[in-house]
Amino acid sequence: MDNKVLATSPKLFFGPPLHYCPGCSHGIVHRLLAEIVEELEIREKIVGVSSVGCSARLHMYLDFDFVKSSHGRAPAVATGVRRELPKHNIFTYQGDGDLLSIGLSEAMSVAIRGENILIIFINNAIFGMTGGQMAPTTLVGQKSTTTQNGRNPDTTGYPLRFPELIAPLPGVKYLTRCAVDSPKNVRKTKKSLTFALNLQHTNPGLSLVEILSICPTNLHLSPVKSLDWLHDDLVSYYPLGDIKVPEEEK
Amino acid sequence: METDNNSSEVYLMEGNEAIAEAAIRAGCNHFYGYPITPQNELIEYMSRRMPESGGNFLQAESELASIHMVFGAAAAGGSAMTSTSSPGISLMLEGISHLAAAELPCVVVDVMRAGPGNGNIFPSQSDYSLATKGGGHGDFHNIVLAPASVQDMADHIVLAFELAEKYRNPAMILSDGLVGHLTEKVSFEHIKRLPKLNEWCARGATEPERRVVKSSLGLESQCEAENLKFAAKYEDLKKNHTQWNTFMVDDAELIIVAFGIASRICRKAIKLARQENIRVGLIQPITLFPFPTDVISEFAKKGCRFLVAEMNLGQMVSDVELAVNGAADVRFYGRSGGFVLSPEEILSEIRKHVSRTS
Repeated sequence: MDNKVLATSPKLFFGPPLHYCPGCSHGIVHRLLAEIVEELEIREKIVGVSSVGCSARLHMYLDFDFVKSSHGRAPAVATGVRRELPKHNIFTYQGDGDLLSIGLSEAMSVAIRGENILIIFINNAIFGMTGGQMAPTTLVGQKSTTTQNGRNPDTTGYPLRFPELIAPLPGVKYLTRCAVDSPKNVRKTKKSLTFALNLQHTNPGLSLVEILSICPTNLHLSPVKSLDWLHDDLVSYYPLGDIKVPEEEK
Repeated sequence: METDNNSSEVYLMEGNEAIAEAAIRAGCNHFYGYPITPQNELIEYMSRRMPESGGNFLQAESELASIHMVFGAAAAGGSAMTSTSSPGISLMLEGISHLAAAELPCVVVDVMRAGPGNGNIFPSQSDYSLATKGGGHGDFHNIVLAPASVQDMADHIVLAFELAEKYRNPAMILSDGLVGHLTEKVSFEHIKRLPKLNEWCARGATEPERRVVKSSLGLESQCEAENLKFAAKYEDLKKNHTQWNTFMVDDAELIIVAFGIASRICRKAIKLARQENIRVGLIQPITLFPFPTDVISEFAKKGCRFLVAEMNLGQMVSDVELAVNGAADVRFYGRSGGFVLSPEEILSEIRKHVSRTS
């Protein structure tokens, strides 16, 4: 009897077992990156810049070159990498606290410069690794360990829709918001990431793919209930879909 | 540009510009910086010359961004540097620590001004302690060089790149607003492009083994092992690359220890003192880390006394005291707040500490 391989793990998805909590979205995005790099055959021509937070160990699971940045500085680090390697694919992988709290200046500045990098932005509306504190994207009323009665916009302001904020900047080429909550949306996310990486050669500038994600541990919800929260609460504030696509690529 | 007798090219340049020109000639191909007085001429010169020479120049949004751009460029195999002045160095400390942990070669130029805080923009040697004792969080050291002339600026930046590359560690040029703005003759003829090894850099995985450049050092035992490895590098550095100059020390009963521009002012004072038959000399540390402990110790054992002269309130004194180890008297004279030492005030200080011989 012939054995046929119907599905397998991408070769570039390697290393120790994932350290993430049950239900966490990071593993899905990691796997997508491994698949994309394998399918585009760009292992020799890609450098990832990982950051600080739960995904700080990203480089341990993906078998290609990485530079690991300090907290929030990944866009600046990626700028240096990009200037040294003008023909490569360069991306950063950052959470909401890393990108929009401590790293907002660096994030905004690469958008203003139109730096030819892709920011993969994992938005789960909470600080994961440090134990569930408020992020810039935490929803109004959402409980966290530093907003124990729910986020109050009178004292903390409103959650930030970053792609909408940088969309008018001419150096920003591609902005989209995806989610990894269903097979359909996972496939859509993969398509968006692939598109953004290819764009670095055809239409250089900043791309940002925001990926709505879940952190069941810090939401204090089961993975299934966390997905309900993503559909019901997160998506209603952070609408899915393209925010900016270059005219010539439409 | 003028040509002297042996037809070598000699330029009349500012220190801040000479350091930039020498860096490019030595192969630096990435410069990231942010405007701050008194080092603006350096980034302006780089903005013009770096693209001409095929390198990368970018005015960063902050010093914090500058140093992390240096991190990225160095991690990917570039020869990278940044420059700033004292308040900017404070902002760069985060990145410098990460560069040291990730063992990335790079050069940071500090054209010092008076502090703390915004202090003022006048020349000072206010960052000695910061550069030599710390330079960021964690168990590490910067390689620190102290130029005293425009030619030194050119020569030290080359040495800084060489040592940074050899030890895979950040090197800092501790200059100041006066050396930065001095205009003197300088030659670049002897400067050769430095070799660059890229085998550990993240440039795309062309081999089965990929590369990860990171400043995370692992759990306790791994982190301690890394720190011990760094410590061994500093020991080697100390053994092989400690540098200093001496001036009129052979018969000296009093030795002035001074670095950078202060050492130059002290030379003038020493010449004046010698006219009064005062037996005084100078030890000028060129590397502030590693510090020339042994030479100071030797002269202390011979019975010399010491006067430390700095444009700060005595940041180097404890290093001299450690070297002397109680064997001799160590005094201090310094000016702070942006005052430049004068030969006359050093001379009057010298007179206080010596007996005269006729």
